Amino acid sequence: MNVAETVFIDNVPTTETDASPPSVTEQKADEADHVLDTMQTQDFPPPSTAKDQFQEELVIKPLHSGDIYASFQFRTQWDTDFLLGSKVSHYRLFPKSLGQVISKFSVRELHISFTQGYWRTMQWGQPFLPSPPGAELWVWFQDTVTDVDLAWKELTNVLSGIFCASLNFIDSTNTVQPSASFKPLGVGNVTDQRFLRYAVLPREIVCTENLTPWKKLLPCGSKAGLAVLMKSEKLFHSSFHSQALHIRPVCKCKSTSWELRQTLNVVFDLHTSGQGKREWSLFKMFSRTLTEACPLASSSKVYVDITDNPQGELFELSPATPLVSQAVVLGDGRTYSVYDLTDHATFGQTHSLNVLLRWRAAESGEMLRPLLHGERYVAGYGLQTGEIHTLVYNNHPYRAFPVLLLDTVPWYLRLYIHTLTVTSKGRDNKPSYIHYQPSKDRLQPHLLEMLIQLPPNSVTEVTVQFERALLKWTEYTPDPNHGFYVGSSVISALVPSVVAMDTNNTQERPLFSSFFPCKEESTYFMRIYTEPLLVNLPTPDFSMPYNVICLTCTVVAVGYGSLYNLLTRTFQVEEPSQGLAKRLANIIRRLRGVPLLT
Amino acid sequence: MEEDALNQSTAAEADISLHMLSESPSGSVVIYVVPESSTVLPEGVSVYVGQRRTALLRAGGQMRVAVALKEVLASLETWIKQVLQVMSFSHGDITAALSDRVRPGDRSREGLADSMRAFKSSPGYEITFSLLNPDPTSHLLHWDVEAAISSYIQPLLSKMAPVANFSIDSQILYYAVLGVNPRYDPTLNAYTLNADSLSHVINPVEARLGSSAASSNPVLNFLLYVPDSRHSPLHITDHRRHTVPSNAFSSPRWGGIMVYNVNASGTELPVDVHIDMRRVMGVFLPQLRLMLGVQSAAPPPGFLIGPCGNAGLADWELDRLMWTRSVENVATATTTITSLAQLLDQIGNIVINDNIAEQVSSAVASLQLAVGQLEVGNLGLAMQYSKEAILQSERAFFDPSLLHLLYFPDDQKFAIYIPLFLPMCVPILLSLLKMASEVRQRPGQGQAKKD
Repeated sequence: MNVAETVFIDNVPTTETDASPPSVTEQKADEADHVLDTMQTQDFPPPSTAKDQFQEELVIKPLHSGDIYASFQFRTQWDTDFLLGSKVSHYRLFPKSLGQVISKFSVRELHISFTQGYWRTMQWGQPFLPSPPGAELWVWFQDTVTDVDLAWKELTNVLSGIFCASLNFIDSTNTVQPSASFKPLGVGNVTDQRFLRYAVLPREIVCTENLTPWKKLLPCGSKAGLAVLMKSEKLFHSSFHSQALHIRPVCKCKSTSWELRQTLNVVFDLHTSGQGKREWSLFKMFSRTLTEACPLASSSKVYVDITDNPQGELFELSPATPLVSQAVVLGDGRTYSVYDLTDHATFGQTHSLNVLLRWRAAESGEMLRPLLHGERYVAGYGLQTGEIHTLVYNNHPYRAFPVLLLDTVPWYLRLYIHTLTVTSKGRDNKPSYIHYQPSKDRLQPHLLEMLIQLPPNSVTEVTVQFERALLKWTEYTPDPNHGFYVGSSVISALVPSVVAMDTNNTQERPLFSSFFPCKEESTYFMRIYTEPLLVNLPTPDFSMPYNVICLTCTVVAVGYGSLYNLLTRTFQVEEPSQGLAKRLANIIRRLRGVPLLT
Repeated sequence: MEEDALNQSTAAEADISLHMLSESPSGSVVIYVVPESSTVLPEGVSVYVGQRRTALLRAGGQMRVAVALKEVLASLETWIKQVLQVMSFSHGDITAALSDRVRPGDRSREGLADSMRAFKSSPGYEITFSLLNPDPTSHLLHWDVEAAISSYIQPLLSKMAPVANFSIDSQILYYAVLGVNPRYDPTLNAYTLNADSLSHVINPVEARLGSSAASSNPVLNFLLYVPDSRHSPLHITDHRRHTVPSNAFSSPRWGGIMVYNVNASGTELPVDVHIDMRRVMGVFLPQLRLMLGVQSAAPPPGFLIGPCGNAGLADWELDRLMWTRSVENVATATTTITSLAQLLDQIGNIVINDNIAEQVSSAVASLQLAVGQLEVGNLGLAMQYSKEAILQSERAFFDPSLLHLLYFPDDQKFAIYIPLFLPMCVPILLSLLKMASEVRQRPGQGQAKKD
């Protein structure tokens, strides 16, 4: 709505000052005042302690490849309950648009991510929050929802409006209900998969128009705090960009509260963003420095991963900070330098914080190989059949562990499920659980979920053959020769922790503490995504119908023309003209004075 | 009984006791004629309009008891006409309700402005109160909006429940700034926003407000802006450069904005500010009434309009609103169905599903019922039927299967056959040319043959 043009200014009632007869508006205002007077005047007590709080943090992790990984997390927590009957309608830090969505569609949990680029696990290690290329959306509805499909359809349309994304392309042909791979992450023990919907749009391109609405959901917008670093021209000039949003009910152990977690992960490339120099700073990454914390945030911190650099021999971190925090992240004990932005001393004399990492050595140390890793590709030739290969690597030297593999394949690749083979170390590996839901043409995709035991130090290969279907001509995308995307496979696993694997502890620990791996550190949950596939389907020549029309029409027209000429032509007897030889002979005869031939 | 009621000392009390005696049905107006000697009406007031559906009318001074009843009525007629003009549905209201559809003729400018200010009739409205805090580092704002809404806004909305459904939200937006830089006025020692620049204020804010995700009903926005300490105090000035006492303005069919100055000469930032919601709602409530289309015509001289009670809306005002809204709904639904019929006329081969046919026929049925109820004067039912008509007609009109673009236009079919038609035209044209030239030559040949 273009307000600027149609605005029709009109001062409120009490503004009338001229001597016009007791104007309507004035009288109404008096009336309203009267109304207010008749009501008991309330003494508004100051609201009790805020029921919502906001935290922000940025983790910077130098990667072994020389690239740098920056991960923003913004968390808004609100002690309210959308699940109860009373309508939630007064918002402070929690964004109103999302709150309305949750209450209208009775959403229990909502996870959405937009990713540009593919996370290279073998070079970069594990991300804090994994996400597949393109857009991913999975939602748990409450068990009071009667028509989940309808709610899902409306929800995707509303979300596509909120995030300016093509989530409206989510329909029954790319929505599945996984039975085991996506469990609720918040409180509540609803595990009936009827209330779960999962969809991936691998084709989705993520750009600034998705970032802007995402930033608008933050209480401070991009005006203060860590969010000032999020300038789109820098964020999208990167090897990997992923923004996500997670809503879930969490336990405050007296009452539920709702958590909104907004994350943004970005990997800057050593060569394109860093000009090949192993020297990173906030200014170089984001072309901004930090000057203040978001005033609404209860905590605002910057963490820099210095695990590989305990004595500062690998790189130099400036300004130095005395705060150090240790945490077990993804099964690995990590050490972080912490900058607390709520403390004014952090910004020093210059009133700005520009964290700088300068390498001393040209090469960084060896990276520990990620324990779990997946790959996927399409094999085969021709346009009729093919084979999908999924490789799952277990790099743990001596522990076997089970993984859940989830595959969603669109209906136009018809899987031959009898050709499904799972082999590891050259031997057949029978999955202990298989959930297969066959596709229906133009209605639902294939869903394949398997629980596979991965032997230690092995590669497990899952292959399945497929046949390519012929689409109707309206079902092709505008660029059909580009190919059709098949979403990433999802591998979820409880992975044995590196801490437990690490028998010769470098850290000081009592001997008696380290014989049996302690429970909470022994395994950790991990989800990884493989590459999406790009499959060519038999594509017709779309200009052919018109070519055929042109050709046949021309032939018909030529035939018609000759027939028409034949029918309408009038024939006349014409005097035959003299032949060339006769004319030549006559010329010669004239020269000789001989009578001419006739 | 009624005489007792009319013997009360003030008109307001008389009004209440009259209401106790008899409940008048919606849409009706009861006029009590009191003798001139009665003290119930204040001096100089000849008509008192109550908060229900009653009016007290003082009989004219020149009347004598002996005059025939007819003459009494005749002398009262002009007054009664005026009372009806104020309290009931008049010709002007119809033109106002249909202002979008009929050309504005000789209507007064004020009436036009009134009708443009109000939102169009809709089955529901979303009301959003937003507190804009451009500088959270200096002000920490607290507003008890929940209590304020329940005590000031909710009574009005509950009373208006037959007209539409309302849902209320509130939010706090940080770092939300107005689109215009206020000018410093040294004479006032304050910053001012001129009325001319107010039109540029809304657009940048609106990007932050966020549209309603959960419904497609129109949104009424009420913004409370607390200027930051560098631009405070901030005053809105009108076209004659006088400051506006309420420090607020409204934008038709959009909502209202109020500037709330805080004199926080705080020592320690941020300063805790508790907003006086009574003052705020005192501005927003009249604005809300205007936006919702509660008509407020100027009462003729000699009229006194009573206070409208807790709800902020008198019964007769609600009746008038329901009249207007029903007429408007009927008009909208009729237009929708007419344009649907036009579309079907345009595209001959359009496919109409059974459910659309059903919706159209039930919309027409509801329309007829609504018109019938309006004729009888049964307001509540008329309102309900007209709402149903609107819902069904819009559902039919916006059905995805009735998209104009789904059908292949006929003229393009001819374009496809150009490769056929063009070469076929060549011999036909050539033979036509030949025939033409023959026709032209034939008279000459005929003469030659004669010779």
